[in-house]
Amino acid sequence: MNIVVCVKQTPDTAATVSVEDGVVSWGDSPLVLNPWDEYAVEEALRIREAHSGQVTALSLGPEAAMEALKLALAMGCEQAILINDPALEDADPLVVSKVLAAAIKKIGEVDLVLFGRGSVDNDTGITGPQVARRLNWPVLSLVADITSLDPEGRTIAVERMIDEGRQLVRGSLPAVVSVVKGINEPRYPSFMGIRKASRAEMPIWSTADIGLDEVPTPAMTWPEIFAPLKVETECEMIEGETPEEVAARLADRLIEEKVI
Amino acid sequence: MDFSLTAEHEMVQKMVRDFAQREVAPTIKVWDRKQDMAPHILPRMGKLGILGVCFPVRYGGQGMDFVSLGLVCEELEAVDTTLRVVMSVHTGLAGLTILQWGTNEQKKRFLEPLARGDLIGCGAFTEPGAGSDISAIQATGKRDGDQYILNGEKMWISLATKADIAIVTVRTIPDAAKPSRSLSTFVVDLHSPGVTTGDIHGKLGVRAGSTGWISLQDVRVPVENRIGEQGEGFKVTMSALDSGRYTVAAGATGLIRASLKASVDYANERRAFGEPIAKHQLIQAKIARMAQDYEIARLLYLKAGWLKNQGVRNTRETSMAKRFATAASFTAASEAIQVHGAYGYSDEYDVERFMRNARGALIYEGSNEIQILIQADYALGHRRDKPLRCEMPVYDPIDWQEA
Amino acid sequence: MANKIFAYIDHFGGQVLPASWEAVGVARSLADQLGSGVTAVVLGHEVEGIANQSIEYGADQVLLGDDPELKDYRPELFAGTLSHLAAEAEVLILPTTSRTRELAGMVAVDLETGMAPDVISFEIDGDAILATRPIYAGKLLTKVVCREKRPQIITLRTRAFPKPEPESDRSGEVVRVEVVIGEVVTEVTGYKPSEAGVSLTDAAIIVSGGRGVSNNPKLTPPNEITDEKEQEIWRAQQGFALVRDLAETLGAAMGASRAAVDAGYIPYALQVGQTGKVVSPDLYVACGISGAIQHLAGMRTSKMIVAINRDSEAPIFKLARFGVAGDLFDIVPALTRALKERLGK
Repeated sequence: MNIVVCVKQTPDTAATVSVEDGVVSWGDSPLVLNPWDEYAVEEALRIREAHSGQVTALSLGPEAAMEALKLALAMGCEQAILINDPALEDADPLVVSKVLAAAIKKIGEVDLVLFGRGSVDNDTGITGPQVARRLNWPVLSLVADITSLDPEGRTIAVERMIDEGRQLVRGSLPAVVSVVKGINEPRYPSFMGIRKASRAEMPIWSTADIGLDEVPTPAMTWPEIFAPLKVETECEMIEGETPEEVAARLADRLIEEKVI
Repeated sequence: MDFSLTAEHEMVQKMVRDFAQREVAPTIKVWDRKQDMAPHILPRMGKLGILGVCFPVRYGGQGMDFVSLGLVCEELEAVDTTLRVVMSVHTGLAGLTILQWGTNEQKKRFLEPLARGDLIGCGAFTEPGAGSDISAIQATGKRDGDQYILNGEKMWISLATKADIAIVTVRTIPDAAKPSRSLSTFVVDLHSPGVTTGDIHGKLGVRAGSTGWISLQDVRVPVENRIGEQGEGFKVTMSALDSGRYTVAAGATGLIRASLKASVDYANERRAFGEPIAKHQLIQAKIARMAQDYEIARLLYLKAGWLKNQGVRNTRETSMAKRFATAASFTAASEAIQVHGAYGYSDEYDVERFMRNARGALIYEGSNEIQILIQADYALGHRRDKPLRCEMPVYDPIDWQEA
Repeated sequence: MANKIFAYIDHFGGQVLPASWEAVGVARSLADQLGSGVTAVVLGHEVEGIANQSIEYGADQVLLGDDPELKDYRPELFAGTLSHLAAEAEVLILPTTSRTRELAGMVAVDLETGMAPDVISFEIDGDAILATRPIYAGKLLTKVVCREKRPQIITLRTRAFPKPEPESDRSGEVVRVEVVIGEVVTEVTGYKPSEAGVSLTDAAIIVSGGRGVSNNPKLTPPNEITDEKEQEIWRAQQGFALVRDLAETLGAAMGASRAAVDAGYIPYALQVGQTGKVVSPDLYVACGISGAIQHLAGMRTSKMIVAINRDSEAPIFKLARFGVAGDLFDIVPALTRALKERLGK
């Protein structure tokens, strides 16, 4: 099976994020592989282990994103490709999906594309579905379990996590799948993987390399990034001699505030 | 001079950090209170290749260098010292000693399973009556045909009750002209008849680990298990300590970092006199000291690791790294408790455990007093190291990573 | 067609998700500001009742695509029809649900236009919507705009906008439309019910338990349970039973922090936080939750937070309106009893 997993490099979720003059910064916090993408990489590797084939990690980002791709290599992906082009600096989801779809076409003969359900920075959660739409492939998003996969028969069956429980869907390959946490437990990179990854040659593709003569104009712009207003909450500590007293006071206050 | 870590080093650091954070940190306090070692730690460290990180691939290891070993120890001890103690005695005292002094046959028989974590190893030199004074050890090894018969007691041995084999130094030449020429070192199968082991509880720190004693009563050990020649035991033991001591230095550096992080986090949250205590200068002074000590300790152990990679004798540098980092880690942990105020005194926070853990390292693996004497000997020109019959192999990534 | 402000009505099992009415409400207010009208889009099978309801909630016109092929949500089918219908729209508003986020994204590709998901507020700038949405788990906000392309597509964060009151005497027109079927390559083979009870994102009150719920030192597991891990799980179940009782008394949904989910006490479906569900209830009661950044990211927009935690220094108290520093194993059941009395249960 020829599998592509799309990944993104993001700040660590524990980072203190701030903005000044429209530029976001995360201090000394390291940049990491988007946590949702770890599940996607792990799932790709498990499918490769079960059905043989190869996994390519693909990312659109600055050169620093090569670190995230190296981690994907260290976990076991066979190759990693970075798409980097100054023309893509203001790319919005519309542009990103076009670029990724073109890259997947260039890789060629891909059976399955995996995404994490979203990225912890912009968190639009639509890249996977949009890429699928561009490729005209079925999209199976929010997948909590791939229950069956038949590369020869070209079928795939999944359980999707919807608000109301789970939806069981069967689809055909090639397909785009986005995964949620809990689908698997991502592996640590092995030391052998780390050694291979640090020595790996990573191609960097420009928009010309993937056959896009013209980068489409983004539809969205983001004129402002700002910190939310700090809501100063005075916490009223409820006290009492016994738990019963405390509970009574708290219950009364909640009823007074009309939240119950 | 390039002070940066390679991408490989950074990935190694992150992998071990993630392991320790995810699989050990959540329950470490429980095991510390129980004074017992969590049963999943040794198997997991074995399975993930951490126990064999710095051995050549052809000996079952992961082919990484000595700097990587140091980084691994720093990350492990930042969560709890007991994890790094495993590296010190299994990878350091046992594994690296066999890598340096073992025959090819011994490397196959012992180093390969140690590297894979199929066998757990430890180092047994200290006795109830002999710690710093290795030459005064009383355990004996009497040659009997193609075996030696070992008798004696070893004490304060980490992983005594968990290990399968121990690197044991005993006196084999009772009337040697120089006591230091009378010792020999053996790999002892701890499942042999005559071996009994037991745990020691009631330690101030390193409680989530395993420290114990090994009693040898007419234990028969084949001559093939002798590491080095008869009479070379002192040199072998000193080499072992150069390896173990390095891991202690790197680990203590991680402890300084953990104390620093805990102090910074707490100081930014806790308020007194209308502002976060991070704004109070006396608190700032403690934190600045920790930050500087971390940098110094780190530079010292990384240099020692670099010398090990080059195959250059590094007893002096390793000694300096160990003495500095361990003393600084105890100070850092103690100050971290102070920063936390009353909460620092409670086991709800980690800092009291850091301090209790830190204290041991000033005593073991060569007390800090011994380190000072070693360094004085070097500084005064009283000590000149002659080449050893068996030197630690130089790190060569191509050779070490060949299957 | 003058009714160019579109609102997509998401539904499941014959029930409209309340967030859809919030979308209609926003569409109504936009239509009034821009001098246009509201078109609701209802796609499904046997959903005529929903079409009529849409008018009660504020739609001037409903485009109803009712077809057996649309009985189950399948993104390609729904996107095909919605793109066709919304091509003429000025604005397309959807709630943010497990269906509509990707649906909106796919329509944006079909119509080569911009889409802003998870919007919490907006302003009108000429004829463009300047939408505010959270990024970095709500640590920052960004205003995004689609200046040129049309329709402008936004999905609204649940409970960020008011739900309008239905008016049974409102009038409007239901127009049946052709459904674009095309080549169907996916098939829905079934459903499994949720492990959560009331949907967390819709809930007005949520009671959550964290790691602190699970280690009541006063509890002794029964002798049969000897395995350490199983003892831990037993303790956690006892603790979460207290949380569940309180939730039931309040008619609330039950949630959990990541620590509780990772430890295996609670299914992932109940996790509130950055890598779980983002919720915005009127009342959030946090029991034994310290308030790690990742958890706060999931519930900080709650209108009121009550925290019960042994540690008075826990970060959660900084966001809480009311706090109890005490033993939750005593406080939570006492609170349940006190509320039962007062609420006559």
